[in-house]
Amino acid sequence: MHETAVAQSIVETILVEAKKIDKKPIRAKISCGQFNALNDEVMEFAFDVASQDTACKGMKLEIHHVPLRANCKKCQNEFEFDIYSGSCPTCGNSEIEFVPDAPLLLEEIEFEDEDS
Amino acid sequence: MKVSLNKRILDRNDECAQKNKLFFEQNSVLCVNVISSPGSGKTTMLSRTILALKDKLKIGVIEGDIKTDTDAEKIRSTGAAAVQIETQGACHLSAVQVHDALTQIEAMDKDVIFIENVGNLVCPSAFDLGENKRVVLLSVPEGDDKPIKYPGTFAGADVILINKMDLILYIPFDLDRVLNDIRKVNPDAKVFKISAITGDGMQQWYDWLCDMTA
Ligand SMILES: Nc1nc2c(ncn2[C@@H]2O[C@H](COP(=O)(O)OP(=O)(O)O)[C@@H](O)[C@H]2O)c(=O)[nH]1
Ligand SMILES: [Mg+2]
Ligand SMILES: [Zn+2]
Repeated sequence: MHETAVAQSIVETILVEAKKIDKKPIRAKISCGQFNALNDEVMEFAFDVASQDTACKGMKLEIHHVPLRANCKKCQNEFEFDIYSGSCPTCGNSEIEFVPDAPLLLEEIEFEDEDS
Repeated sequence: MKVSLNKRILDRNDECAQKNKLFFEQNSVLCVNVISSPGSGKTTMLSRTILALKDKLKIGVIEGDIKTDTDAEKIRSTGAAAVQIETQGACHLSAVQVHDALTQIEAMDKDVIFIENVGNLVCPSAFDLGENKRVVLLSVPEGDDKPIKYPGTFAGADVILINKMDLILYIPFDLDRVLNDIRKVNPDAKVFKISAITGDGMQQWYDWLCDMTA
C-alpha cells in the first residue's frame, strides 16, 4: 500500500496548483514504470481516500503504465521486456541490460473551465 | 483547461533521501537498507552480523515496524545501538523518518548503519532512503517464485541473501530457478546463500560488508 503515500503526494501537488490559478481540478494523469508496482485499483482507492474533504474530491485519476524496455547485449536490439521470457525476442540471448524504468510522474492536471 | 506538470510524485521523499546520502558521504558511514517479507530473517541476520563483526565495525540499526519495538530490543541485546521507528500502519519507511533517526542513533560515529525496513516485498523499494547499498532477503519457505513476482524489488538490490538454507532439505525450493530468475532482472547483484540461524554462508556476506567499509 505505498499507493497511500503516492496518493497523498499527488493530492498535495494538485491543491497547490489549483490554488495558484483558483480553479477546480477535475482530472489528473499520472504515469509510472514497472518497478514502482502501482496497482490501479489500489491506487484509485487510495486517491479517493486522500482527496476526501479536499478540493480534489471526485476527481478522475488516469494511470498510464510505461512498459519496461531492455537492450540485448549481443545483437543490440532494444525491446519491451517480458519478465516471463527474460530474453531477447530477436536472438534469444538472455544477457540484457535494462533501460532505466520510467519514474512516477504527475504529468497533467485538468481544471474546470470558467464557462462549463 | 489542462496544465502540464511532469513532476516527480515522490520528490519530497527523494529530496530528503539526497540529504541523507550527503550525510553518509560526509561522515563516511555505509548505510544499508534491508528489505524483505515479514519473517524472512532480517532481525536474526542483523543480530548475527553485529555479533560477528563487533570488534571490526561500529554498527547502528534503524528498525522500521508497523508497531512495537521488539526488534530494536533484540538488536540492543547484541550491544549495538538501535532506534525503533513505528510507522503506525505505513508499509515502508520514508527518507524523513530515517533522517530523524540518524541523530538519535549518533550515526556520524558509526561505520555501518543498517535500516531494517518494514516487512514487505513491494512497497519499500519505491522509497529511496538515501542508503548506499540495498540488500534484499528471500527465505526458502517463501517459495522460489518471488524474484519473478516482485522483479522491481530484486532489480534494485546490490546484494540478495537467500536465507534459511538450512530448510532447503525439507521444503520444495528450486534454487537454480531462483538464481536464473534473479539473473534475468539483476545480473549484477551479489547473491549469497546463508542460514542466519546456523551461520552457514555468512562469511561471504561479512567479507562483502568489510570490503564496502574499507
Ligand atoms: N530455520 C531458520 N529459521 C530462521 C533463519 N533465520 C531466521 N529464522 C527464523 O525466522 C523467524 C523470523 O525471523 P526474523 O529475524 O524475526 O525475521 P524478520 O521479520 O525478517 O526480521 C524467526 O523465528 C527466526 O528464528 C534461518 O536461517 N533458518
Ligand atoms: Mg524483524
Ligand atoms: Zn539479441
